[in-house]
Amino acid sequence: MEKKLKLRGILDVRKSKFRTESYPTKSSEEQIDVEEIVLKKYEDLHIKLKINPYLPEFHREQHTRFLLESLVYLSTAYEGLDASRPWLCYWILHPLSLLGVRVHDSQKRNVLKFLSKCQSPDGGFGGGPGQLPHLAATYAAVNALVIIGTEEAYNVIDRKKLQDFLFRVRQWDGSFAMHVGGEVDIRGAYCALSVASLTGILIPELYKGTAEWIVSCQSYEGGFSGCPGMEAHGGYAFCGLSALVILQKGHLIDHQALLRWLVQRQMKLEGGFQGRTNKLVDGCYSFWQGGAFPLLYTLLAREHNIPRGHLFDERALQEYLLICCQSPAGGLLDKPGKARDIFHTCYTISGLSVAQHFINDLHILGPSENEIACTHPLYNIRPDAVRRALLYFNDLGVPRREGNNVSNT
Amino acid sequence: MSDYSSDENEITEYLLYRNRKEWKDVTPVKQDDGEEPVVSIDYSEAYEDCYDYFRAVLKNKEISERALELTRSASRFNPANYTVWQYRREILKGLDKDLHEELDVIQEIILKQSKNYQVWHHRKVLIEWLKDPSKEKYLTEKVLAKDAKNYHAWQHRQWVIKTFNLYEGELEYIDTLLSDDIRNNSAWNQRYFVINNTTGFTEEVLSREIDYTLFNIKAVTENESAWNYLRGLLLHDKGGLSKNEKVTEFCEELYKSGNRSPFLLAVLVDMCYEQVNEAGGDSVYTLERAKQLCNDLATKYDTIRAKYWQYMLDTIEKKSKEGNGAESTSH
Ligand SMILES: [Zn+2]
Repeated sequence: MEKKLKLRGILDVRKSKFRTESYPTKSSEEQIDVEEIVLKKYEDLHIKLKINPYLPEFHREQHTRFLLESLVYLSTAYEGLDASRPWLCYWILHPLSLLGVRVHDSQKRNVLKFLSKCQSPDGGFGGGPGQLPHLAATYAAVNALVIIGTEEAYNVIDRKKLQDFLFRVRQWDGSFAMHVGGEVDIRGAYCALSVASLTGILIPELYKGTAEWIVSCQSYEGGFSGCPGMEAHGGYAFCGLSALVILQKGHLIDHQALLRWLVQRQMKLEGGFQGRTNKLVDGCYSFWQGGAFPLLYTLLAREHNIPRGHLFDERALQEYLLICCQSPAGGLLDKPGKARDIFHTCYTISGLSVAQHFINDLHILGPSENEIACTHPLYNIRPDAVRRALLYFNDLGVPRREGNNVSNT
Repeated sequence: MSDYSSDENEITEYLLYRNRKEWKDVTPVKQDDGEEPVVSIDYSEAYEDCYDYFRAVLKNKEISERALELTRSASRFNPANYTVWQYRREILKGLDKDLHEELDVIQEIILKQSKNYQVWHHRKVLIEWLKDPSKEKYLTEKVLAKDAKNYHAWQHRQWVIKTFNLYEGELEYIDTLLSDDIRNNSAWNQRYFVINNTTGFTEEVLSREIDYTLFNIKAVTENESAWNYLRGLLLHDKGGLSKNEKVTEFCEELYKSGNRSPFLLAVLVDMCYEQVNEAGGDSVYTLERAKQLCNDLATKYDTIRAKYWQYMLDTIEKKSKEGNGAESTSH
């Protein structure tokens, strides 16, 4: 079922301004500054709308060009991501797949050859050729290979050694370090469980205690933090919830509190999401927070009350993404005034996808050409690609672990 | 992006590794990107040169003073390169270096690169090795003075406090942060962390904290951080959200005074959710009240969350139909 969404009235948007209650602080001042820039964007659009009723448009061609160019060349400004190159592949291939762009076979082969250079001889993938294996790089590489989706791509992954690597970074309490000798946080649990479940190597010894450790990261606010005791945060909430859903342990958390925290992260005036309470809107949280909703619906349906549509305002989120986050030259960004980059391009487009799709319903703001493909909320890959990978890897069977050197005793 | 270019002294003195006498015996190793690379970064000349030598040294597992110096350069060019940091730690151990010197090195980097996982992790490992947390509170305070919500700084601070039992003075520090910015949610979270790990939420502490929080809500009634903290406190109240008289009285007064903070109304809704099935009939937290509140929120005071308020109302209605004896909210 397709439903056309209409923009919020500009009067309603104006009325949604932050109220300082004669008590200005740094947080409120920053918030007011952002609202001013965002409101200007909305005011401008409402004027342009009188001439062009098709607004707001999604600049599909420009984004496609930006992504395809980035796949071969990145400027010196990306040196800081030199230890995240499998991420660069994923951040480019995933939005392209949501846009329905077919990447040339030879280009796909170049990506899988490059990723195979990032694979460590001891299992797992590093941030670049010759770098130590790292869970985040491994997650990104596996996702990129699953998106490519050819047998050749699947076969890049040494599953036996990948499993060994996961056991090497597993901690006694079920949490995971990002690399051997690296930091431990909730990203580790998600990355480990995501790649293990996708490639069919998830075995109970690998996740003993993990669900309980993740549950201990649910903060009093309802969201999840990076490690127990810390502040609830959008990126970590997504990791925690997804990891629990993979383990089918979603019932262990307080859903009502998580739902309350999640809906509160949507900004009244901007329509986009913030990462934490009293922080600023940022386009990438469209996915980290937005993507948590479909996962939560399945839990709510089981125990409480079945949502009949999105529980956040999918119209306002699309407004923010389309009107405030698109760079005219292609690529998307955090908030107006910031530079575009491929990380934000990936997660804003993923967030747009979540906002447009509710189960089999389509809720599109702007012309119907704005529609993009739907994404699998657990892995943030297209569901057809997830299905194909699961079928392929499940056929191969779970690798046998010999000489148990499990670190969970 | 490198931070070395910002340092003018160094840029004039900087010599490429291939032009350095002490590296003449080493053959640099190019990055093996394959024949048709993707996501190729246009490295600066100095970046590439430094990493060519880093790869050479890493390949031979060279543990030496010059290798230590090289990892310092490589980490300057890209502080997020965890392989560099991991190797640097191996060299520090191998050469039995004075780790206090290393603390100074990493402090300088943290102050410039305070939103980076690797630099904070390096610091943490050094503190674990030294078992000396004496400088950590000061360092995190320096970072938080610039960005009071820096997640890495808070995480490091929590780890140090918990590991070395340094809770003393923390509530006072939080007070200063909250008096700077009552909306600093990280500071509220830290307050919860401290109490949870020290006294716990005993009846006495709970009462004190509720007073403190209500006082702050009164000052800024739309400060979500304070409301969330209040909800956090009431997780430890045997009566749940809706049976603490101080809190219910405060909320009812505020409501009667005409205040329509969406967070006040939201708490009242959840009080209804909790009590809707309770027998007795003298409760003010009824289905009818929930209806009124949810409608007001959805249409007037919190329209962006209209769907959520409709959903909450459906949920409460469903619960009230289930009748008495149904489970209360899950905490
Ligand atoms: Zn962002």
